[in-house]
Amino acid sequence: MATSWLDRLSGGLGRTRDKLGEGINVLLRRGPDVDDAFWDDLEETLIVADMGPGAAADIVGDLRDVARREALPDAAAVIDRLVGAIAGRMPAAENDPLAEDPVTVLFVGVNGTGKTTSVGKIAAAASRSGRKVLLASADTFRAAAIEQLRVWAQRAEVPLVERERGSDPASVVYDALTEARRVGSDMVLVDTAGRLHTSKDLMEELRKVQRVAVAQSVHPVRSVLVIDATTGQNGLVQARQFHDALGLDGIVLTKLDGTAKGGIAVAISRDLGLPILRLGVGEAIEDMQPFDATEFARALVGRV
Amino acid sequence: MFENLSDRLQGVFAKLTGRGKLSEADVDAAMREVRLALLEADVNFAVVKEFVARLRERAIGAEVMKSLTPGQQVVKIVLEELTGLMGGTESRLAFSGRVPNVVMLVGLQGSGKTTAAAKLANLLRKQGRRPMLVACDVYRPAAIDQLETLGRELDIPVYRGEGSDPVAIARASLKAAVADMRDVVIVDTAGRLHVDEAMMDEAARIKTAVKPDQVLMVIDAMTGQDAVTAATAFAERVDFDGVIVSKLDGDARGGAALSVRSVTGKPIKFVGVSEKMDGLEPFHPDRMARRILGMGDVVTLIEKAQETADAEASAQMEDRLRRNEFTLDDFLVQMKQLRKMGSLDEILGMIPGMGANRAALKDAKIDEKALDRTSAIIQSMTAKERVKPALINGQRRERIANGSGATVTDVNRLLKDFVQAKKMIQQMTKQKGRFRGGLPGFGQGM
Repeated sequence: MATSWLDRLSGGLGRTRDKLGEGINVLLRRGPDVDDAFWDDLEETLIVADMGPGAAADIVGDLRDVARREALPDAAAVIDRLVGAIAGRMPAAENDPLAEDPVTVLFVGVNGTGKTTSVGKIAAAASRSGRKVLLASADTFRAAAIEQLRVWAQRAEVPLVERERGSDPASVVYDALTEARRVGSDMVLVDTAGRLHTSKDLMEELRKVQRVAVAQSVHPVRSVLVIDATTGQNGLVQARQFHDALGLDGIVLTKLDGTAKGGIAVAISRDLGLPILRLGVGEAIEDMQPFDATEFARALVGRV
Repeated sequence: MFENLSDRLQGVFAKLTGRGKLSEADVDAAMREVRLALLEADVNFAVVKEFVARLRERAIGAEVMKSLTPGQQVVKIVLEELTGLMGGTESRLAFSGRVPNVVMLVGLQGSGKTTAAAKLANLLRKQGRRPMLVACDVYRPAAIDQLETLGRELDIPVYRGEGSDPVAIARASLKAAVADMRDVVIVDTAGRLHVDEAMMDEAARIKTAVKPDQVLMVIDAMTGQDAVTAATAFAERVDFDGVIVSKLDGDARGGAALSVRSVTGKPIKFVGVSEKMDGLEPFHPDRMARRILGMGDVVTLIEKAQETADAEASAQMEDRLRRNEFTLDDFLVQMKQLRKMGSLDEILGMIPGMGANRAALKDAKIDEKALDRTSAIIQSMTAKERVKPALINGQRRERIANGSGATVTDVNRLLKDFVQAKKMIQQMTKQKGRFRGGLPGFGQGM
């Protein structure tokens, strides 16, 4: 591997950090006073990170209480508490479905968040660590989605079960799980078509895919939502709808290698209690990072 | 589309309307709500600040305080300011006399460039042009296959060229277009991060090679605060002429759409409103602002109807919608019409006052498959029954159920839905009346 994981993490999250860190520095440069304007600016900084007005007000309110109760001396002392306040709102995964053995995982989400790419990267990593992985291309809607996953299957050197475009995605899952049983796979990763959470029919189709998976899989079936770090407040609505429909087990947050801050992950974690499982920080096959709440919060506020 | 934002603003101003005089504290309360609503809609923070400041200044100014209906005056100002924020008047694609004209699409990964390219080609063909698609995304696995598949479905040629140099492919495509007598070339490029120097440089080189008449940036409606950062970087590095906002068919409030124009000065040209290949529409800031305020978009609705039906039928439909003369026969005709026009949800968003009624309609369970069952049931009714549903007693219900292969429960549900639909249309008519009477010089344009 050309670059170390840590390099990539700081490379990807670094830009995030620069951005929010900049905001924090501006906050600190304005002087040690903890006045109303300070709290307003802090709230603004969190909103700019896409945490949303709800989570931002919650975190600021909390820090205000702490500052009063513990008589924090200045702005720097408040900022020091910020990491803990953010991390404290992101629960750790009690049971990481991507580390579970054996397991069947459905990857779901709206269009263009990076589901297929995430499935490919996770398959490659798992296969290298000795898991017997099988991929299923249940995205039978998007033109060339199957071909895209086929390329990833070749790169990761794992088998792929597919049907022609337009087939019933549930039938692909049926085939895949039958094949998984035959060849003894211990990890089945299912790529599903991107769909808007507002489409009733497509969400129903996804529930059917899940029902078929549960009925056919000899392994536990988990559902993971893939969210793009550039997503704004609609990410919370998406997560809620997918969670209502399927009962999610966690989130994969992608595209953290841009300037997007991924603050929406804090809002989702806080509101729905869903763990963040992995971070996508680049386009290379090894750019799928484990998630650590404190590290993430630190990187977010630029206090490493 | 923007129903959440319009609900919110409607909520804000419900508190203000009906009051005689506005105090400065009233205005402050309303401004706080507007600010929160815009932030939750992902409108860029700086844009919100500026917008609210300007709004507040006008709201406490004489034009509101002296008005007899200050609340409605505030609504009017919000409408004007929102329209201005999104670019004022509609911005069309400017084409030159050159053959072929070249349109180049750029954007982040997953923003929907390839789909937008195909939709745009489809739209331009409808306008009488001969488009050709060019696949320059040599990086994402199977991206070229995706464009080819879409091109095949639309019966529009796709140029994929030789080798793996996107600049060379783009350059060669122009000759291919001339040879095939194509007058518009749409270049689909790879998704790239605005911080990726090499990729941004490549986009700039493609631009230099094909000298596009229009460079359009595709922006996902769901993007958060980063939309402005990305758009600014693209504007500096590649420079673009306009924006296509994709995925507006979800419930994303599309604050990104509001912000990009305001920060970069680049107008929004098109919006993507469905996964179907005809789901790309010109962007109309004024209409969109009306929708944001829950004032409906009758113009788009009528345009859509005209596209799918002959003029006479759509005039009839418009007339019925407006007059609320509505029988089960009309219900049947309209359901069929609606189905041709797009998804029900999409249509309902355009009907004035319908934003808030969407939840109610979901309870009524009018889904698209139900339309077929509904047609069967209505067709099993006598002509008299269709005009006067009150006639339908228990015995008749049973006969209708047997005739259409449905159950009595289905028939009951349909009759209930019908009553509900009628009620909603009444509401819509009323609401329009209120805007018309309440805001002089404001509702007439609708």
